[in-house]
This record gives sequence, structure tokens and C-alpha cells, in this order.
Amino acid sequence: MHTDTLIETHNLSRIYRLGDNIINALDDISISIKKGEFVSVMGPSGSGKSTFMNVVGCLDKPTAGAYYLEGVNVGRLTRDELSSIRNEKIGFVFQGFNLLSRTTAIENVELPLLYNSINARQKRDRAREALKIVGLDDRRDHHPNQLSVGQQQRVTIARAIVNDASILLADEPTGNLDTKTSAEIMKLFVELNTQSHITIILVTHESDIAAYGRRLVGFLDGKIISDEVVEKT
Amino acid sequence: MINIPVTIKIALRALKANKMRSSLTMLGIVIGVAAVIAMLAIGSAARQRVSEEIASMGSNLLIVFSGATSSSGARMGAGSDPTLSLLDAKAIKKECPSVLDVAPVHSGTAQVIYGNQNWSTVIMGTTSSILKIRDWQLASGRPFTAQDVRHANKACILGKTVAEQLFGSLYPVGKIIRIKKVPFNVIGILKSKGQTMMGQDQDDIIYVPITTGQKRLFGTSIPGMVRFMMVKAVSLDELENAEMQINELLRQRHRIGPNQENDFTIRNLTQMMQTAANLARIMTLLLGAIASISLLVGGIGIMNIMLVSVTERTREIGIRIAVGAKTWDIRLQFIIEAVTLSLIGGFIGILIGETGSIVVSRFANLPVIVSPLFIAIAFGFSAGVGVFFGFYPAYKASLLNPIDALRYE
Repeated sequence: MHTDTLIETHNLSRIYRLGDNIINALDDISISIKKGEFVSVMGPSGSGKSTFMNVVGCLDKPTAGAYYLEGVNVGRLTRDELSSIRNEKIGFVFQGFNLLSRTTAIENVELPLLYNSINARQKRDRAREALKIVGLDDRRDHHPNQLSVGQQQRVTIARAIVNDASILLADEPTGNLDTKTSAEIMKLFVELNTQSHITIILVTHESDIAAYGRRLVGFLDGKIISDEVVEKT
Repeated sequence: MINIPVTIKIALRALKANKMRSSLTMLGIVIGVAAVIAMLAIGSAARQRVSEEIASMGSNLLIVFSGATSSSGARMGAGSDPTLSLLDAKAIKKECPSVLDVAPVHSGTAQVIYGNQNWSTVIMGTTSSILKIRDWQLASGRPFTAQDVRHANKACILGKTVAEQLFGSLYPVGKIIRIKKVPFNVIGILKSKGQTMMGQDQDDIIYVPITTGQKRLFGTSIPGMVRFMMVKAVSLDELENAEMQINELLRQRHRIGPNQENDFTIRNLTQMMQTAANLARIMTLLLGAIASISLLVGGIGIMNIMLVSVTERTREIGIRIAVGAKTWDIRLQFIIEAVTLSLIGGFIGILIGETGSIVVSRFANLPVIVSPLFIAIAFGFSAGVGVFFGFYPAYKASLLNPIDALRYE
């Protein structure tokens, strides 16, 4: 295992039981992702890419196989230990934004820091820093419903990076956005990857969005069917 | 690593977001706590009233009444047939080991005159023992002596009401008043004892030596007859023994056969009062229990609303868990919400309960008791209700699967 390996899975499976049906959402996945990579995970719906995302994001546990995150076997951890890992190492950007509607932008960004032992002053500073990176410092006291969808997604991204997360997991981050806004958001991801060296794993079913990544992983029926590095010109 | 102040802030914001719902939920607790406070306060006020009553009557008291006369089948009240005598009183004091003292009483109502004032009151012919038996002190002057009784001196001791009615602001001791036109020397004034539970003024009374009463005021068919005797037992525990001893002694002295009815009646006043005190205690418990039920219903209301709130905020809980909230972070958030509801409700309830019990006490002429203990109890209770009924919804929230919760619409 290399020191710059961030994620490593060995024969990872995730099996769901829905009544009498057994669904192999992930079937024997072995993959290794290094620090600083920008991985686009592609595949049609039901291909297992979201399940992969949930397991990698420590929201779900594998049924079989092992998942090492920075050398830690995550499959053995308890619910609360997984919460700590998510809090310290993982940032989520969801398709539906998932912002708290009654709280301001900056309070939404601070949310992960609430479950952390840093003091209030530091929280505010780090949240403002994150908002500056996504270009929304002037909107910090707005509520989500006072922001455009693009701005809402930027708040989500700020929330994901506020903890200095090692990985940014984005599940269909442009699913609700128009083409122009999508391009802006994707540009932000690329910036975060190239300038801040944040590892990004992006799940999408749109090939033009996936093309922003530098490594393309194709999923189908719970298996990896392609894995290629894209050379950028 | 749970951040309590922030958790409280989150809880308060969630409550503020649903003001109507929060206040209705609180109302349940308000009513419950107000009821508990009012019941405790009123109940203990009533109990205190009863124990004051016991103290003012004199402790460890028995009253022995003469038997009832019956004229052509119609029976008169106890004491109407004077079967007891001064000799009985002496015998009881001498021969009953459980008896501390005896005061025979021969009484009646009469018009009393001083100067141009007059007043109708109860005149009790008795001995100097009466003051000790009733735990009654003099405000000024002196009590009867054995000599006053032996010589049937025309001396009297006035209750406070009588003294005020006849003398106003004048100092009565040493003055002469007329009872049934017989002149009496006022030798003492009693301290005030106030009203009985029935509203009877205990200070509206005059004590004279029993011999004087018998000879000068209320004539007796047979010399030395008394209407009743007040008996003080050595202690509360000896009260029943004293009753038995008196019963035995009097049956013997009055030569009552084994199958004959007593020609006297013994009343255990202290026991009656104790029963009243117990009754007051039971009533307090009963009312408290009923009030607790309304607190319980209030608690169920909180639980209900918290369950709704958890369901509504499934997505929020999902987000919080996803970004790193641990089991107890989520639990505490909802428990604190529930406790906040119940504590605010409890606080308002205490205010209303206290106000209510003060008002009721005024109307019912009871001593008002605003005890910090009750406030502490009510506050503790409402916090407990919050924790107890908030726990299950909080527990449910903390066990949500973040993936499902995030997808919840």
C-alpha cells in the first residue's frame, strides 16, 4: 500500500435484500484511488455507482470485502466512529443540495464543525474562508431560499470543504442545474482539485460532466467495466 | 465532544420555527404543573391549618361529658344530665396514672356588664388546671389559685374578645364586671387563640372558679355537679390508656353494671384532630395524583409532537449524521428540545399554580404557602417529563439510516 493511496477496496460487495429479491449493488469491486485524483464515476441508474459512493463515503458498510481509507479498515468501525471519519475526512455534495432551510448560508457551512471540538471563533473563520473559496462570502447571511440553485450548490461545496476534508464526494452535483451553472460548478471542482489538491470523486450519468475528471471509472450491474486515465490537453 | 450551548441554540430555533405548535404542546405541561403546584400548596396549607388547630386546642386532650337526659323519650344533648361531679374529677386525677391533669367545667351563657358596655358570652366555671390543659397563657394578670376555687371567690379571667368588647382600650385587670348582676373581680386576661376550624371565636369566653359558677351563676340540682371535664393525658401515646382508665374508674364510681350503658361520654379530641390531619394528607395525595395525571398527559403531548418533528425533519437528521453528528449529538438535540418545551411550560405553570393557590388560600382563609420546595419539585418534575417523553423520539431519530434519511421526501 503506497503512502499516497487514499482509498483502497478489496473485493468489495454490497448486497441488498428486498423481499425475496437479492440485489448485488456492488459486486467484487477492487479499486485504488490516490490522493489528489479527480475520479468521475459513470454509469446508468442501478449500476451501483451511488452505492459505491455511499460505501466510500462511510455512510454504508460493505457486505463483504474490505475498504481501507487512509489505511484504516472502515468496515470494522462502529456507527459513531464512522461519523467521526465522515466529519474529519469526507465532504459531501448532493444532488438535492440538502441544506438546512431555516439557517443561513454560513451556519450551513459551519454544520460539520458543530460536531467537532473547535471553538466558535475558529468555526466562523473557517466557514467564511470556505465561503470565500466558492465565491459567496457576501451572501453568508442569506437563507437557502434567498439563493439561486447555483449559489445553493456552492454553499454545499463550501460545507464539504470546511473541514479540510481529504475527499470530496459529489453525487450528481449538477443534476438540478442548467448548463451554464453546471459549467461554473464544474469549474469550481476543477479549481479545488488543481489548486487545493482535494481528491474528488464525482458520480454522474452525463458524459460531458464526467469529462471534467481526469480518471473515468465505468460501472454496470455492480461491476467496474472500465477504468481509464484521461490526459488533459 | 458534544457541544451543549450550540445544541440548545439548535433546539430553540426549531421550537421558534413552529411557534403555535410549540406553545400548544407547552400548554399541556403548563396545566399539569400548575395543577400539581396548586394542589400541593393548597393541600399543605390545609394541613398546616389543622395542625395549628390541634396546637391551639391544647395537646393530648380528652373531654368527658355528663350523660344525656331523656325526658319522655326525647334525649337531650350530652352534658344535659349532670352525672359528673367535682369528686369524679378529683378521683380521675388521683387514680388514673395516664392522666396529667383534669379541669372540671360547669358552663353557661350570660350577659356581662361593665360600665355602659354589655356583652353576651360563654362563662366557664373551672379550676386553675384549665390553662395548663389547654396550653393557654395569660396576657396579663394572674390565674386562679386553689384558694379562689375553695372559697368560691368572685374572680374571673377574660378572653381577649370579651376584654375588647367590654373595656375597649382600658386595662381590665383589677376592674369589677357584673356577670348575671353578680360583681366579679377581673384578675387576668388570656392571650388570643383565634378561631377554630369551624369559625368559632375561642377568645369569646370568661373563666370563673367552678365553685363560684355553681353557686352564683348556674345553679345545680345536686351540689358539685359538672357538665364536662377536660383531661390532659401524660403524652400522646398514653391518650388511649387514659381513656380506658377514666372509663373504668367512672363506671366503678357510678356503679354501672356490666350490661348498662355509660352515663358519660369520653371524646378523644386529639385523635379526632389527628384523623382530620390524616384526611387532609390523603386529600393532598389524591389531588396531587390527579394533578400528576394531567402532567403525564402533557408529557405524552410532548412525545407526540417530538415524534412528528423527527419525521418532518428526517432529511435534516440525515444531513447532520452525514456531516458527522454522532448518536448522542442527535439524541441530545431532540431531548433538549423536549426539555426546553417542558421547562418553559413548567416555569409558566409554576407562576400560574402559585398565583392560583394564593387566590384560593385567600378565599378559603388558609395560610398561603409559597414553598421553594414545591417549585423545585415542579421544576424537577417538568424537566423529568421532558427527558422521559423526549427520549424515545430522540432515540428513534438517532437510529435513522443517513442514506434513507437523505432521500426522504
